[in-house]
Amino acid sequence: MSSAPPDADDLRERVRSFLTDHDPSGMERLAFLRARFDAGLAWVHYPPGLGGLGAPRALQPVVDAEFAAAGAPRNDPERNGIGLGMAAPTILAYGTEEQKRRFLRPLWTGEEIWCQLFSEPGAGSDLAALGTRAVRDGDHWIVNGQKVWTSMAHEARWAILVTRTDPDVPKHRGMTYFICDMTAPGVEVRPLRQITGEAEFNEVFLTDVRIPDEHRLGEVGEGWRVATTTLMNERVAIGGNAVPREGGMIGVVARLWRDRPELRTPGLHDALLRLWVEAEAARLTGERLRQQLAAGAPGPEGSAAKLAFARLNQEISGLELELLGEDGLRYDDWTMRRPTEVDFTRRSPGYRYLRAKGNSIEGGTSEILRNIIAERVLGLPGEIRVDKDVAWKDLPK
Amino acid sequence: MTNLLYSEIEEDLRGGVRRVLDDRCPWTGVLAGLEKDEPYDADLWRAVAVQLGCAGLPVPDERGGAGASWRETAVVMEELGRAVAPVPFLSSAVLATAALLAAGDAGADLLAELAAGEKIAVVAVPFSTAPKGPLGTSVRVEDGALTGAVTGVADGAAADVLLVPAPGGLYAVDAADARRTPVTSLDMTRRLCDIALAEAPARRVAEGEAAVRAALTAGAAMLASEQLGLADRCLESTVEYLKTRYQFGRPVGSYQGLKHRLADLWTAVAQARAVARYAAACLASGDPDTDVAVAIAQAHCSAVAVKAAEECVQMHGGIGFTWEHPAHLYLKRAKSSAIALGTPDRHRAALAGLVDLPPA
Ligand SMILES: Cc1cc2nc3c(=O)[nH]c(=O)nc-3n(C[C@H](O)[C@H](O)[C@H](O)COP(=O)(O)OP(=O)(O)OC[C@H]3O[C@@H](n4cnc5c(N)ncnc54)[C@H](O)[C@@H]3O)c2cc1C
Repeated sequence: MSSAPPDADDLRERVRSFLTDHDPSGMERLAFLRARFDAGLAWVHYPPGLGGLGAPRALQPVVDAEFAAAGAPRNDPERNGIGLGMAAPTILAYGTEEQKRRFLRPLWTGEEIWCQLFSEPGAGSDLAALGTRAVRDGDHWIVNGQKVWTSMAHEARWAILVTRTDPDVPKHRGMTYFICDMTAPGVEVRPLRQITGEAEFNEVFLTDVRIPDEHRLGEVGEGWRVATTTLMNERVAIGGNAVPREGGMIGVVARLWRDRPELRTPGLHDALLRLWVEAEAARLTGERLRQQLAAGAPGPEGSAAKLAFARLNQEISGLELELLGEDGLRYDDWTMRRPTEVDFTRRSPGYRYLRAKGNSIEGGTSEILRNIIAERVLGLPGEIRVDKDVAWKDLPK
Repeated sequence: MTNLLYSEIEEDLRGGVRRVLDDRCPWTGVLAGLEKDEPYDADLWRAVAVQLGCAGLPVPDERGGAGASWRETAVVMEELGRAVAPVPFLSSAVLATAALLAAGDAGADLLAELAAGEKIAVVAVPFSTAPKGPLGTSVRVEDGALTGAVTGVADGAAADVLLVPAPGGLYAVDAADARRTPVTSLDMTRRLCDIALAEAPARRVAEGEAAVRAALTAGAAMLASEQLGLADRCLESTVEYLKTRYQFGRPVGSYQGLKHRLADLWTAVAQARAVARYAAACLASGDPDTDVAVAIAQAHCSAVAVKAAEECVQMHGGIGFTWEHPAHLYLKRAKSSAIALGTPDRHRAALAGLVDLPPA
C-alpha cells in the first residue's frame, strides 16, 4: 500500500462497510472469519494480504470493539494463544511468502491450532542445549527426539519446533527451526498430568518424522535467532493485555471480600489492600508499556510485566484460599481431563492457586527473567559461562 | 486512557532542570549543607524557581504563572528527587501553591509572588499529615490574630509566609510574626521546624478546609514523582558501582544474588513511574479518580523509594555506610518522604474507603 496507514476513523469505516456486505447473523462462522481476514481486519498491524492493513498495532482494540458490538463471531484467541502470540509473529518475521500465505489465515481463524515444541527433558531454561536431532534427507529432514511440557499438543494441527542440526559446533550455532505437522507419522502425543489434576500439557515423542524442507523457518543453523523472536513475543503476550481495574484475579478476591463480610480479618485486609495496590501498579505499567509501543519507543518493561504478573497471580490466589478458610479446603475436580483452554475465572479457587504456580515457570522462569533484566536492561555482567565455546556434543548432560 | 508517557516539552524541561542541578547541586554540596545553619540552598532555589521558572508551572498565566500543569511540575519533582535538592519546592511550589489555587481572590497576590519565586510559603501542618487525615492543629483565631502551635512543619524555617489552617479557614501569617524553632530532622535536606503563634496578625485567604485538602492531595501526588526520581537515581548509582567493584576476581554485579534483587528493583521502579505519572495526570486534569490515583501512588512509591535507598546502602557495603557517601542522603530523604503526607498504611486505609474494600 502506498498511501498512509489507516487511522481509527478509517478503520471504523472499513469495519462498518465490511459488516454491511457480511451480515454476521446470516453467515457461517468460518466464512465470516475468513472474509474478515481477507479484508485486512484480522490483526490490523499485519501487512495487507496477510490479514492486516499495516495500521498501528494500538488500533486493534478499535476494530475488535466494532466487531464485538455487531455481535460478530470471534476467533476464540484463548484457544490458540501459542499460534497467535508466538507462531504467527515468527512466521511473519522469518517465513517465506509461501509459508505466510499457507499458515497465517487458518491460524488466525482458529481452524488450525498451534503448539510449541521447544522444551526437552534436558533443556528447559537452557533451551539452546536441546538435543532433538534433524538430519537432512534430500528435500526432507528426518527428526528424532523428545519434547516435553508441550501445552495443547493434543489440540494442535501444527507446531513450531526447534532442533539440533549440527552437534559439532557450540550449542547456539547448530540449531534449525521448523514447522512440524502434528498429524505426520512418528509424532506421538502423550498427556502429562499436572498439579491441577488435568493435562494441559504433553510429552511429544518424535520418531523418524519427515518434515519437508519448505517447512523450515529461517536458514539452517539459524534456529536460535528465530527461537529468540518467538520467546520475545511470548513474554509480551503473557501479562500484556489491556484490562480494566479489578479485571484480573484481584477482582475475584475483591468481590469475595465485599460479598462475604464474615470472612474478613484485619491482617487479610492489609494483605488485600497491598495486593490491590500492586495489581493496579502492574496494570498501569502494562498500559504505559502499550503506549510506549504505540509511540514507537518500545521499552524493556516486557519481561518485568511477566515477572510481576506471575508473582501477583500467585499471591492473590494464595490470599483467596486463606480468606475462604473452610471453603478453601475444597477442590472442584481432580479427574484427569484434557482442557482446551486455560481459564482462571471459571474454575475453583484451589485451581487458581495451583495453576498460578505455572506462571513463574512457563514462558521463561522468573529467575531467567531476572537474569534478562539484570543483563540486558541494566547491563550487569553475564553469568560465568562454561558452555560457550564447547561443541554441543561435548557438553555435560 | 490517560497518557502515561512524557511529552517532548516535558523531556526538554527535564533536561534544563538536570543541567542546573548537575551544575549547582552536586551531592558533595548537599552533604556540606547538612551541617550549615541555612535551612535551604537559596542560590539553587533562585535558579530553579526564578531563572528556570519552575515555581509557577501549575499556575495559569492570568494568575501570574507559567500556564503549564502538574504533569510538568511532576517532572521537576523527579529531578529534584534525584538530586535530593535542598530547596522548598514541594512546600512552596506544590503545597502552598495548590492551596492558593484552590483559594479565592484573597490569596491572588501571594499566589503570583509564589509563582514568580519571589516569596516562599508553606502550609503550616505537620509534614506527616495525610490528605484525608486529621490536621492536628490547636491554633485559635481571636480578633483576626492566631494563637497556638504547629509542630514538624517542613521548610517552615525557609518560609516568608505561613498558611495556617485554623477554625474558619486558611490564614496567611507573616513568618516573622511567628516563633520558629528548628528541629533536628531525620532528613536535613528538608528540615522541619516547630511553629508557635502568639496573637500573630493573620489574614484569611480561604474559607473551610478545601484549600488545605487540595494542598495535601497535590503534595502527595507530586511527592510520588520525587520518590520515583530518588529511587531511579539509587538504582542507577548502585548498578554503576556494582559494575566496577571487584571481589573474588569478578565484578560483584555478576553475582546473581545481587542481580536478581536489582532486577526486582528495576521492575518496581518501572511500576513507580507508571503510577506516579498516572497520579500527576489525574491531578492535572481534575480527574474524578484523583484520590484513588494519589493513594496508589503514595502507597507504592513510598515503599519503592525506601527499598531503593536501602538496597543502595547495602550493595555499596562499608562505603555505603559512611557519611562521605551520598547513600545516606537518599536513605534519609526516602524514609522521611514515606512518612510525609501519610504513610503507605494510611494511604491504603484511605483506599479501602475509596474502592469499597471495608475493614474487618
Ligand atoms: C504450565 C506450563 C506450560 C508450558 N508450556 C510449554 C510449551 O507449550 N512448550 C514448551 O516448549 N515448553 C513449555 N513449558 C516449559 C517451560 O518453558 C519450562 O518448564 C521452563 O523454561 C523451565 O525449564 P525446566 O522446566 O527445564 O526447568 P530448569 O531450567 O531445569 O529450571 C529449574 C530451576 O532452576 C532455575 N534456573 C535455571 N537456570 C538458571 C539460571 N541460569 N539462573 C538462575 N536460576 C536458574 C529455574 O528458574 C528453575 O527454578 C511449559 C511449562 C509450564 C509450567
